[in-house]
Amino acid sequence: MSDLTRMTAAELAAAVASGETSAVEVTQAHLDRIEAVDERVHAFLHVDTDGALSAAKAVDAARAAGEQLGSLTGVPLALKDVLTMEGIPTTCGSRVLDGWRPPYDATVTRRLRDAGVVILGKTNMDEFAMGSSTEHSAYGPSHNPWDLTRIPGGSGGGSAAAVAAYEAPLAIGTDTGGSIRQPAAVTGTVGVKPTYGGVSRYGLVALASSLDQAGPCARTVLDAALLHAVIAGHDPLDSTSLDAPVPPVVEAARQADVRGMRIGLVKELSGEGYQAGVEQRFREAVGLLEEMGVETVDVSCPHFPYALAAYYLVLPSEASSNLAKFDGMRYGLRSGDDGSRSVEEVMALTREAGFGAEVKRRIILGTYALSSGYYDAYYGQAQKVRTLIARDFAAAFEQVDVLLSPTAPTTAFLLGDKLDDPLAMYLNDIATIPANLAGNPGLSLPAGLAPEDGLPVGLQVMAPALADDRLYRLGAALEAALLDRWGHLLIEEAPAL
Amino acid sequence: MPSITRAEVEHLARLARIDLTDDELDHFAGQLDVIIGAVAKVAEVAAEDVPPMSHPEPLTNVFRADEVRPGLTPEQALSGAPAVEDQKFRVPRILGEEP
Amino acid sequence: MTADLLAYDDVVEAFDPVLGLEVHVELGTASKMFCGCSTTFGAPPNTQVCPTCLGLPGSLPALNAVAVESAMKIGLALNTQVADWCRFARKNYFYPDMPKNFQTSQYDEPICFDGWLDVDLETPEGVQRHRIAIERAHMEEDTGKSSHVGGATGRIHGADYSLVDYNRAGIPLIEIVTKPIEGTGRYAPEVARAYVTALRDILRGLGVSDVKMEQGSLRCDVNVSLRASRDGAYGTRSETKNVNSLRSVERAVRYEMQRQAAVLSSGGRVVQETRHWHEDTGLTTPGRSKEQAEDYRYFPEPDLVPIAPSREWVDKLRAELPEPPRLHRKRLQEAWGLSDLEMAAVVNAGALTPIEQTVAAGASVAGARKWWLGELARVANERGLAVDELPISVADVARVEALVGDGRINDKLARQVIEGVLAGQGSPDDVVAARGLEVVSDDAALGAAVDAAIAANEDIADKVRGGKVAAAGALVGAVMKETRGQADAAKVRELILAKLGQA
Ligand SMILES: [Mg+2]
Ligand SMILES: [Zn+2]
Repeated sequence: MSDLTRMTAAELAAAVASGETSAVEVTQAHLDRIEAVDERVHAFLHVDTDGALSAAKAVDAARAAGEQLGSLTGVPLALKDVLTMEGIPTTCGSRVLDGWRPPYDATVTRRLRDAGVVILGKTNMDEFAMGSSTEHSAYGPSHNPWDLTRIPGGSGGGSAAAVAAYEAPLAIGTDTGGSIRQPAAVTGTVGVKPTYGGVSRYGLVALASSLDQAGPCARTVLDAALLHAVIAGHDPLDSTSLDAPVPPVVEAARQADVRGMRIGLVKELSGEGYQAGVEQRFREAVGLLEEMGVETVDVSCPHFPYALAAYYLVLPSEASSNLAKFDGMRYGLRSGDDGSRSVEEVMALTREAGFGAEVKRRIILGTYALSSGYYDAYYGQAQKVRTLIARDFAAAFEQVDVLLSPTAPTTAFLLGDKLDDPLAMYLNDIATIPANLAGNPGLSLPAGLAPEDGLPVGLQVMAPALADDRLYRLGAALEAALLDRWGHLLIEEAPAL
Repeated sequence: MPSITRAEVEHLARLARIDLTDDELDHFAGQLDVIIGAVAKVAEVAAEDVPPMSHPEPLTNVFRADEVRPGLTPEQALSGAPAVEDQKFRVPRILGEEP
Repeated sequence: MTADLLAYDDVVEAFDPVLGLEVHVELGTASKMFCGCSTTFGAPPNTQVCPTCLGLPGSLPALNAVAVESAMKIGLALNTQVADWCRFARKNYFYPDMPKNFQTSQYDEPICFDGWLDVDLETPEGVQRHRIAIERAHMEEDTGKSSHVGGATGRIHGADYSLVDYNRAGIPLIEIVTKPIEGTGRYAPEVARAYVTALRDILRGLGVSDVKMEQGSLRCDVNVSLRASRDGAYGTRSETKNVNSLRSVERAVRYEMQRQAAVLSSGGRVVQETRHWHEDTGLTTPGRSKEQAEDYRYFPEPDLVPIAPSREWVDKLRAELPEPPRLHRKRLQEAWGLSDLEMAAVVNAGALTPIEQTVAAGASVAGARKWWLGELARVANERGLAVDELPISVADVARVEALVGDGRINDKLARQVIEGVLAGQGSPDDVVAARGLEVVSDDAALGAAVDAAIAANEDIADKVRGGKVAAAGALVGAVMKETRGQADAAKVRELILAKLGQA
């Protein structure tokens, strides 16, 4: 058996199902890898060794009993620490949730368990998913496996880094403005934000409720599709969950057929602010697609340049309300309760002590945008921009099947580079945010290494709502073509840890 | 003139119940001023006749049947509480009034 | 801390009151507004909670269909419009009994708006009808409940700390808000009470709530302001919170009118504030000043999708509405042939529905009224319950009345039967059988008792023989005593008169 940690999820599931290996062996191999490298990568906030091994044992017992195994049964996975898992610490990268062990499973967690996926632990993230680098984690940043001095993206940098560092073949991320796709881009992995409402948000600790969406992180497009199929589908516990069939994502990834597809290149997602090497690799990938028979069209989405501004009003507004519950009364940190202080003082001291700078900044910004006298000018206007952006998407999808752009304007930057320059940090999500505002699905896959720094570049595919399968069709086809060209996955060029 | 003053930030922090330090107030006031200046860009495009979008999907009328379902035990409910007494959440004395 | 009060006659001489009433009603749904937790009153603390109503991180709301339907029924019964499309909003404020630190409520898009309710008020000048304009009826969720430890007598002020129970958090509430109520003059307190009473009756008739003010399932906030004249601008109002009985609604309005009038008459200024009602003393005391508007930062609730009731749905609910209580009452009064005064007695005793149902179960109107307004009203009063809360069914009462009508028991025995039923001894027939309460109808046994009574009271018997029929009462009494009340008094009297030649 080759190194189990180098195998794809699809291969691992097949190996477990055929008895070539056991779920326990697979799990132990990944726990060993975590043990070996995570001190340097810091992808995990919590490793649930016992839980993972006992879940793996249950899989092996089920197999021994002749039970039918699912498409990912026995495959290990890293769960972003923003999803609840009963009895397992869930911090959202924040001090304010120090020590909290939720009494319930998120729907995503439940579906993973039901599918026999082995959850290895919880991954690091920017505090409450606010950030693009994981540097805003209260527990210290994660490191990019390609270069440990660089960011792994964010907010789901831990999930992307775990996958890129072979600590897990699969991970769950959540994407509010790019937090699955941008980390995938800068770590040379695959990440998908499903259609809003495609995956239940029940148990996903909300950052911005109308933007958040959980999705798969993997090293191949097919693996991402397999995971997508396991976690997606209607959930009555989430009122915004779509009561529609899950798009045929696995079939699409297997078909990998782009013949006859029309592709739109978004004019507004290029040019100023985009690193030369990023643009170059993007153009090469488009050229490759053209060789494969897709038709490319230049499209304009004139309101995309307003997306960032709208996003930084909608998100902080919703977040300021979503994060109000963290007050030290019912769970998590309580600070300053000396028996004489009032509840008002203790709440304010708890929130001061429990939240980091970026969280405080955004709460204040959201409080401002919603306050009387400013609501119409800020929050109200931002919601109108959302409508305009949705109209841009709708108009574009009348001409083309999918839209393409670079995922992130730059490759991974150095840790510390943008830490105290919020606006510069926010610009990382310039290409990913429109899909969140309008609810569309988006996928990022590796497009090569930027010539100037040798770091991964991501290509983003966006599709109409509930046409997530198109992402996988195009993604898998391009991945296959690049594999032909390179002879291996891009991630295999990452330096050994 | 800055779009947001230190005094306003102080007021907002009170509304948001965060006991910011003086240093934070100074620091955030400057940063928020820059951010607000940037996000104010939304005013440039959103016209009168554009409907605001609160939800990125066209759903309406999602209801649940009026059925009792098992919830948490009191032990589970109180398991994360910083202080508990008589099966209730113990909180410091309350000064303010309910709205 | 007693405020100066102006004599009521002087108040209405110098000022015109304007009222506003906000009523919160807890719906009688099985489960909460946004989760499947039970709404049963009085459960041990924190036993009816889940991630959603505890506001745990990651939890989400799911809207109760029956709560939405109840809201629409209430609106339609109050003659409101039902919105084609509306949303929930978040009302953001920090308070420990609110697990999320925002209340999921409705703001500028209430499900029901623009309605009215007619209220009839009996006055010395005749019946006055007031049309109370309804501004809106919207859905929201209740908060948890805090109790306060240390300090004086469990009050919030001066307490050392508080304890929170979230069983009540998330119970569906409908908030019903009136437009300013003008033109009530000196009857403002009575109109306020009559409105809340009428509203309570409507809610009860709809079956959407148990409307128990003493358990807090109907709660009233009373806004009062005074102005110099009927066409003048509104004065500054006070908002008295949690006035939780009908009588208190009336008292609180009167008190606030007298208090504000005293302030204004002495050249002072009414402060815009919330005030607390003290049931024991009948006073209001100042609470939070509302001079500075709270900033609740409302915005559309992203976790719940909009509600767009179809016209068919609304029409169906409208068609199913019960007859409005005021008209229903009028119809019953005519059918029963009662005077206004007699009908008022029935209504005030809370016995309208029980009597109606007892009659429907076969009793005569007179019989049903006799028990519900007599013995049962007395026991209910003794126990501090409403008559319909007594552990006796309308069928039981109808059966008691039937037993009396058949001559199997008399009124005195009937009271014992009722007592037995209330004591949980089974049905009226069970009690009659178990206690041997049937009247003595055996003529032979009764004849012997009559003979014995005559023999023992020859002087009285002589008077009766001599034509003083009224004197027979003493003999009847003696027989009743002998038979321990189990004889039919009319029959005994008949027998005595026959034996003494006066039949
Ligand atoms: Mg309210
Ligand atoms: Zn609940």
